[in-house]
Amino acid sequence: MANRPSQEELKAYQAEATAWFSENIPAKPDFMMPLTFMEVGTDQQFHFLVDWQRKVYEAGYLGAAWPREYGGGGLHQAFQDVATDVMRRLGSPIMLNTIGLNWAGPLILDMGTEEERSRYIRGILTAEDIWCQGFSEPDNGSDLGNAQTRAVRDGDEWVINGTKTWTTHGSYAKYMILLARSIPDTARKYAGLSFFLAPMDVSGVETRPIRKLTGEYGFTETFFTDARIPADCLMGEEGQGWGVAMRTLEYERSSRGGQAGGLSIVAPDHGAVVELARRAERDGAPSIADPIIRDRLVEYMIEARGIELMHRRMGIGPLIQDRPMSIPLSGKLMNSEFTRRINEFAITLLGQAGAYYVGEPAAVDGGISQRAYLNAFSATIGGGTSQIQANIVAEHVLGLPKH
Amino acid sequence: MSNRLGPIGLSDEQAALLESAAKYCADQSPIDSVRRLIEDEQGFSTDVFQEMAGFGWLGIAIPEADGGAGLDLAEVVPVVEQMGRRLMGGPFVASTLLAQALVVAGTESQKKSVLPALAEGAPGTLLLAEPNCDFDPLNVRSRADREQDELILSGTKCLALDVPGARWALVSATLEGELVLLLLDQAALKSASLRREVVIDETRRSFRIELDGVRVSSDALLETSRVHEALAQLELAGALLAAAEMCGAGQSCIDYTVDYLNQRKQFGRPIGAYQALKHTTVHAHVQIEQARSHLYAAAHVFGQGVEGEIAVRMAKAAAGPALAFAADRSIQFHGGYGFTYECDAQLYRRRAIWGEAQFGDAMYQRRRLADLIL
Repeated sequence: MANRPSQEELKAYQAEATAWFSENIPAKPDFMMPLTFMEVGTDQQFHFLVDWQRKVYEAGYLGAAWPREYGGGGLHQAFQDVATDVMRRLGSPIMLNTIGLNWAGPLILDMGTEEERSRYIRGILTAEDIWCQGFSEPDNGSDLGNAQTRAVRDGDEWVINGTKTWTTHGSYAKYMILLARSIPDTARKYAGLSFFLAPMDVSGVETRPIRKLTGEYGFTETFFTDARIPADCLMGEEGQGWGVAMRTLEYERSSRGGQAGGLSIVAPDHGAVVELARRAERDGAPSIADPIIRDRLVEYMIEARGIELMHRRMGIGPLIQDRPMSIPLSGKLMNSEFTRRINEFAITLLGQAGAYYVGEPAAVDGGISQRAYLNAFSATIGGGTSQIQANIVAEHVLGLPKH
Repeated sequence: MSNRLGPIGLSDEQAALLESAAKYCADQSPIDSVRRLIEDEQGFSTDVFQEMAGFGWLGIAIPEADGGAGLDLAEVVPVVEQMGRRLMGGPFVASTLLAQALVVAGTESQKKSVLPALAEGAPGTLLLAEPNCDFDPLNVRSRADREQDELILSGTKCLALDVPGARWALVSATLEGELVLLLLDQAALKSASLRREVVIDETRRSFRIELDGVRVSSDALLETSRVHEALAQLELAGALLAAAEMCGAGQSCIDYTVDYLNQRKQFGRPIGAYQALKHTTVHAHVQIEQARSHLYAAAHVFGQGVEGEIAVRMAKAAAGPALAFAADRSIQFHGGYGFTYECDAQLYRRRAIWGEAQFGDAMYQRRRLADLIL
C-alpha cells in the first residue's frame, strides 16, 4: 500500500474533493430518494444511483485505495476516508452497489484469486455489475450456519437448489455472494457450507420482490431451481464457506477495513430532529419550548454524541486497551438501535401529523420520519439482529458463555 | 450543533498517568482494603494519600510557579477515573478542586501560601452545599458579616468531605448581599462545630458544619470580582471528576458482574448463558463505554468555553445513569447474594447515588444543556 500521506496532501485532496462534489452532486430529483442502499425500490431510483456511482468512480472518489491494476486509484486509504467524509458532509446520494463495494469487493481482493480480482473488481466500481448477497433463508435467518440451500457438484458445474431471502438488489444483481450447503449431514453444521461468487443470469434463478412493512420494495426472494453455475465460482475451498461468510460479515459490520468507501447510508442528521421540534407546535407554542421535549431532545443529543465519540475513541490505543474489540463489535448494535429510536421520537414530535404517511401532501417532510422509523428495522434485523449482536458482544467482548 | 462540540484526544501525559494510576490504584485499593476503610473512622489511608502527593498527582493541575506540574484537569481525569475504579475515598478530589478555585480566584498571597502545600499533599475540603441541598452553587444562605477587620460567619454547611483532617476549607457565603468565597485555615475550621453525617456511600466521610461564630480575617476572602468565575469552574471541574469516578466504578462494576455470571450456575449452566442477563449486561457495558467516551472528550476540551461546558455536562449526564444502571442490574443479577451486605454490588450502587448527587445530577445537567445546545 502507498505511504501514509501528509496532512498537507490530505488537506489538498479534501479541497479538491469538496470542490468536485459541490459542483457535481445532482439536484434533488422529484421522487423520494432512498436513505440507505437497502431502500432502492424503483427503477427510477436505481438508474439515478447507478449513474451517480459511475460518475463518482470516474472522478476517482470511489475505490481510491483499491489497487490500480483492478481499476482502483492505488492511493492510501486515508484519501478514500477523506472523500467519503466529504460525501457525507455535502449530502451526496448513497453509493448503490454497496454489497459489491464494501462486502464482496474487499473479500475478493483479500481472499480471491488473481483471476477473480481481474474479473470482478472493475465492474463493482463502475456499477455495471451489481452484487447481492445470498445468506439468509426463509427458515434460517439468525441461525445462518444452518443454511439449507444445496450445491451439488456435477462435472464442471455446481447445481444449486433452494431459496434465499432478503436479497437486496436481487432483481438488478448480476452476481450473488452465495452461502450453500455442498456437504450434507456433517457433524458440525458449519462444516458443510461452501461460498460461491454466483452469476444470477443463468437459467433456474428467479427473483420475486418482497413488499416491505413500509409498503415499498427493495428486496427479493431468490429461488434456485437446478441452477447451474461454473465450478470455478467456488470461493476458497469446499467446506470453508462458513469462514468466508464470517469474513464477509466483518466487512459488512466494518469491523475489518478494506472497503471501497462511499456512503451506503445517508448520515443521520440529528440536528434535523431539533429543527422538527422548532417547527412542530404543542400547547400553543413551538414544541422546543416544552420542558419535557427539551429534556428528551438533550438525551438523544447526548447519546448521538456518545456514539460518535465511541468511534473516534477507537483510534486512541490507551483508551481501548482493556477491551479492544468492544467498540468495533458493538457499533452496529448501538447505531442501528439508536437510529430506530430517534426516528420513533421524531414521529412523536409531529403531534397529530405523526399519523400521516408517505404520499399524503400534508405529511411533514413527505413523511420521512415515519418511513425512516419503519425502515430502521432493516438495520436492527438485517446482518444479524440486535439480539444476535448482543450475543456477540456478550461472548466476544465480555467473555460470557455461549447460550 | 456539531460545530460546537470538541474533538477527542489523549495527551502523552494523560496516557502515562492512566497507566501508572491504573496499576497503583489496583495495588493499593483491592476490595478488602475498601471494606476495611469503610470500618475505619477516617475512611482513607493517609499513607496512600501522601504517596499520591509524592507522585505529584495532587499538583497536576496547579501552575508550575505555585509548586505544581502546570498541566490541566485533563491530566487529573485518568487518576480520578482509576481511583473510582477501585472505589477509593479520601480528600483527593476536594483538594484538587480547592486548588482550582484558588487558581481562578485566589489572592496572590493565598496562591503563594496554599497552592504549594496542596500540591505536596495538605488536604483540603469544600464547604459549599447547604441544607437546601440545591445543586445550584449560587443558592447560598450562609453569611459573612464585617466586624472591624474581621468577618463573622453564620449558617450551616453540609455534605463536606473529610473535614477533620483538612488544612483548608473553601466556604461560600454572602457578604453585604454579594456572593463571596472564603478560605478557612485549620484553626478557623476547628472553631466550628462538626457532626459526621451518615451517607449512602460508606467509602465517604461527610460532615455538617455550623459556622455560627467562626471568625476570620478579611484576608480570607478570595478575589471578590472572580467569585462567579470560580464557582462556575468548581461546578464544571467537580462534574468532570465525579464523571471520572463513576466511569471508573462502572468498568469494575461490569467486570464484577461478568465474573459472577460466568461462575454462578443454575439449572446446570452458568447464568451468563441466559440472554435475559447477558443482553442486559451488554446494554450496561455499552452505556459505560459511551460515558467513558464522553469523559475523555470532556477532559480533552475542559476549560474551552461553551464547547468545554457542553462536553462536561454531557459527560456527567451520561456517567451517572450508566453507573446507576450497571450497579442496579448487578445487584439483581447476583440474586440472593446481591441482597447481602457482603456482595460488592451494593458498593457500586451506593457510589452511583453519591456520584449523581455531586455537582448536578443528570436532569440538572440536561436542563443546562438544553439552553446551551437547543
